[in-house]
Amino acid sequence: MSESFEADLARCVTRWCAGATGIANAARLSGGASQETWSFDIVHPNGDIGAILRRAPSGYGAAPERAAGLDAEAVLMQRAYAGGIPSPPVMHVLEATDGLGTGFIMGRIAGETIARKILRDDAFAAVRPKLARQVGEVLRGLHGLDRATLPQLRRMTPATEIAELTRDYRSFDWPRPVFDLALRWLADNDPGPARHETLVHGDFRNGNLIIGEDGIRAVLDWELAHFGDPMEDLGWICVNSWRFGAIDKPVGGFGSREEMFAGYEAAGGRVDAARVKYWEVMGTLRWGVMCCGMMQRFRAGPDHSMERAMIGRRASETEIDLLRLLAPRARGG
Amino acid sequence: MQDEPTPTELLNAVAEFLRKDIAPKISGAAAFKLRVATNAIDLVVRQLELSEPRAGEELKHLVKLLGEDGSLLDLNRKLADSIATGAVDLRTPGLADHLWQTTMDKLAVDQPNYASYRRELERKENS
Repeated sequence: MSESFEADLARCVTRWCAGATGIANAARLSGGASQETWSFDIVHPNGDIGAILRRAPSGYGAAPERAAGLDAEAVLMQRAYAGGIPSPPVMHVLEATDGLGTGFIMGRIAGETIARKILRDDAFAAVRPKLARQVGEVLRGLHGLDRATLPQLRRMTPATEIAELTRDYRSFDWPRPVFDLALRWLADNDPGPARHETLVHGDFRNGNLIIGEDGIRAVLDWELAHFGDPMEDLGWICVNSWRFGAIDKPVGGFGSREEMFAGYEAAGGRVDAARVKYWEVMGTLRWGVMCCGMMQRFRAGPDHSMERAMIGRRASETEIDLLRLLAPRARGG
Repeated sequence: MQDEPTPTELLNAVAEFLRKDIAPKISGAAAFKLRVATNAIDLVVRQLELSEPRAGEELKHLVKLLGEDGSLLDLNRKLADSIATGAVDLRTPGLADHLWQTTMDKLAVDQPNYASYRRELERKENS
């Protein structure tokens, strides 16, 4: 971490946060080379304010084509917050004069994002049974956001998603017969575009939710937001990879589809269970293709890390899950 | 012929050193990376031990399914293409069993603690 970064951040904060005198405790949380997340405190005479900076440093402008872009993410989080979706308040969208690249600063919400803790720690035992229903309620809320107030985003349908996954898979030039089986099934069972297309979060799952002892406190990481079939979000959170071992509780390892559906419908939404299942298959394949993509990036560099390499060896997890979905074995329990 | 110790024995010795002598001395991001590193070594050990005998079986089944000879990679490409075009599907005798077996073999090396794999392994033992 450079001193000039901290100085730039302090200068930025004092410009728009009345009374702020500087920053403290800046620490990088995560992210790859193209996107960074920082936690820091805004030093203020009335009490320090916990904050998060999400930014792409200058020179890393080219976002992957799926990404909505940080400016769009900031607007989405503002709309979500205004619409009553659990969300951190966006305090500042970075400007060129800030010298910090593109991105935004938001309030820091206390809570847990690590799935294994949420699914196992005693602190969450009381709230766990309520989470599947809450997932449904929150998803319905964000699907109900007025499209006219939202930024320009990509439109995705089953057909465009299949086309992208096929292209990505073929580019790896490594045969995975189970992926071909899934692609074929998805094409043969394509339900077509949804009749009512809405905002889709695109990555609503364990890891991108801040959860406290009172439930879901914030929805994070709108990077993959787009317009499309709202059932996609319900299917994605059922992908087995986000159950972290609690495989009999399909909604993020928290609870049942029925509980999620009940929450969604109580909040005014309509569930199409067959489409949810369809998107669960799509999502399982998508995560598998993403794992292979990590391996490709490991090979190509510059992020030549063991972690990326080892994620490549998790693609087979999605293959067994695809077989469990598409070719379940008859006998046994 | 290469001499002993075997690659597996060497890798196990390295992994044990990292776990017993290095892991207790580090923390934070470095400790996380060390866990990834020892997991990678363990994976390679499993592949060295398991993949060769299974590869022979896989090749035999591919030849039977596709009715032609070739290398493991070539025949897997051929199988993938045949599924993509619809020439072969789940109604094709032997296809589902083949995909299940090869996938179980991959998981045995890649992620033997993955919950879906454990579940399917139990199912197989009970059936």
